[in-house]
Amino acid sequence: MKKLIENIYQWFHRLASPRWFYHVSGKWLPWLCVLTLIFVSIGLVWGLGFAPQDSKQGNSFRIIYIHVPSSFLALVGYYIMATAGAIAIIWKIKIADIVMKSAAPIGASLTFIALFTGAVWGKPTWGTYWIWDARITSMLILFFLYLGVIVLQKAYAVQGLSNRAAPLLALVGTVNIPIIYKSVDWWYTLHQPATIKFTEAPSMHPDMFQPLLVIIIGFYFFYISALIISMRAEILYRERRTSWVKQLAFNARNRDS
Amino acid sequence: MSDTVNFLNNSSFSKILILEDLSFQRNENFLFSNINVSLSSGEILQILGHNGSGKTTLLKLIVSALNLELGKILWQGKNVKNIRESYLENLLFLGHKPGLKGLLSAEENLTWWRSLNKTNSITNSAAFKHVGLNSNKDEPCCYLSAGQLRRAALARLYVSNAKLWVLDEPFASIDKQFSIELKALLISHLDNGGIVLLSTHQNLEIKNMKYISLPYPDKVC
Amino acid sequence: MSNVGFLAILRRDLLLAIRYRGDLANPLIFFFVVIALIPLGLTPESRELSEIASGMLWIMALLASLLSLDGLFKDDFNDGTLEQIIILPQPLYFMILAKIIVHWMVTGLPLSLLAPILGMMLSLPESGYLPLTFSLLIGTATLSLLGSIGAALTLPLNREGLLLPLIIMPFYMPVLIFGSGTVELAIDGFSIMSPLAIMGSFLALSLLISPYVTACALRLSVQG
Repeated sequence: MKKLIENIYQWFHRLASPRWFYHVSGKWLPWLCVLTLIFVSIGLVWGLGFAPQDSKQGNSFRIIYIHVPSSFLALVGYYIMATAGAIAIIWKIKIADIVMKSAAPIGASLTFIALFTGAVWGKPTWGTYWIWDARITSMLILFFLYLGVIVLQKAYAVQGLSNRAAPLLALVGTVNIPIIYKSVDWWYTLHQPATIKFTEAPSMHPDMFQPLLVIIIGFYFFYISALIISMRAEILYRERRTSWVKQLAFNARNRDS
Repeated sequence: MSDTVNFLNNSSFSKILILEDLSFQRNENFLFSNINVSLSSGEILQILGHNGSGKTTLLKLIVSALNLELGKILWQGKNVKNIRESYLENLLFLGHKPGLKGLLSAEENLTWWRSLNKTNSITNSAAFKHVGLNSNKDEPCCYLSAGQLRRAALARLYVSNAKLWVLDEPFASIDKQFSIELKALLISHLDNGGIVLLSTHQNLEIKNMKYISLPYPDKVC
Repeated sequence: MSNVGFLAILRRDLLLAIRYRGDLANPLIFFFVVIALIPLGLTPESRELSEIASGMLWIMALLASLLSLDGLFKDDFNDGTLEQIIILPQPLYFMILAKIIVHWMVTGLPLSLLAPILGMMLSLPESGYLPLTFSLLIGTATLSLLGSIGAALTLPLNREGLLLPLIIMPFYMPVLIFGSGTVELAIDGFSIMSPLAIMGSFLALSLLISPYVTACALRLSVQG
């Protein structure tokens, strides 16, 4: 048992080296992409095509098969980004910094997709593309949080300073997210005490829920794949002056010619 | 009073300040790596290097006591991270910028600085007399010239009780006459058992001077 | 030991604020100018103004805080005083707290005390005056605390422009929600104890966390 824990610890420790990470992730990536494709396509086809119609909303509810996974991953992605940032500044592990830098735009894009699909869902359901309800407003604020981190990172990079402020911002943001959610919830009920809560997912029939589960898993694989692809590019850039990267470039050029 | 006694007791035959494997990395480049120096009381270290070679960064690193990612600093045998307060109490740092509020006079700035640092019994007026600012000490600092500002900042050296002086280009903006005075001040601090770390382009001829030249070693490319 | 640092910085910053009269006068002038913008841009109708008054006043407080945060550390950073403060043995937490308190005394405090007058100019119902003042007193203190984190994080950047507001806004939003919510509840005749308590807890949380996070951010900034 102790050996097992030691092995796991060692494996993580090795991953901290960008070169090793690049090497190992190169082996996993094809599999991850395949898994992504499988799960996402099954989930999409099942949900969009075969799941039963909703009694109230008809076919328009089907957008949740994109909306829910993206909002879910957007939120989880923020915590991944903030945790990576914390590891980067506390234990000063470079790869964690790379994780954070890559996670930020992915999370921001997912948030945008969630907002967009939420708006698309809104039109047939409530008659308007945008509505200031608790969930959407929280998601919008999450988008701002992401943007803040991305912009701060860029501002520091442009001046050639090391990226230590953005992880701190991301960390403070994690404390803020539950506060924001509760505040917006309170705010919404303050102004609309009698409204039926459209944003609460009605208790779902298992026939609708199962494809949702599948596509959520698919989105997880997508997130990890996208993260790894982005990280690999970032690693190559940061280590561009080392011999192993130059060797890779040399090999690639020879293969092509 | 007991401070002076302790001071004299600790100062003989021991390396008071040890810099061990100090390195600093900005993004992917090492500004400097594996700097190893040890100083006893009465010793002075000059850091040489072109502009941008990392002299200021090194000095700030020595003064920060917390942000050390790579390497260690030992003060009187103990890691500075563990004795942060007593290390900082014995430290005086003068950076590139004078560190004076423009809206306050030199006198007010020094009084404020004294309220937060350990100082001796020399009065502000005496200190200002030493640096030649007796007539300007009550003007707001925004009216002083660069040379006067530097001298106002250097007034702290006369009133400080700190053992370790870390000075970033202390001779900048001052005239030749005052440079002689400043050099004499540094020598008397060393004679009292203090330690000086400084970066300067000046050719200081002080006996038993140690040197570090940055980049150290060659930049990793 | 901690009191020495706190008091020294408090005294110094207050002295500086008094000497640089612009610091004191500008926020006040700002409030009145913006107050004039609202009816000019929206409507002079008393009835409609009264509906948006509490929210507008709170948004003004937010903007005033954001616009003034820039100078919180910039001055000390530029003249080298900040690096002197950071290397002091006294705990940085309290020294930063002192700076924030002075900042609040120059921005949030005057606004809160002026609130009834500003409210009257925007036709805020009278039942909202006291709740507005209280919510602003607690809320602007929180805003100053939270804002200091943003000010510290953007300190080494040259051309921030709107970067600081962009970063800080999401953190201001809960304070805004409960702040203006307090006033609205009071106007509608409900008790304001619970939103005020929540504002109090925001203040407590930021008192605990902000100076510490700001200290970390400042150390990173000065190191470079």
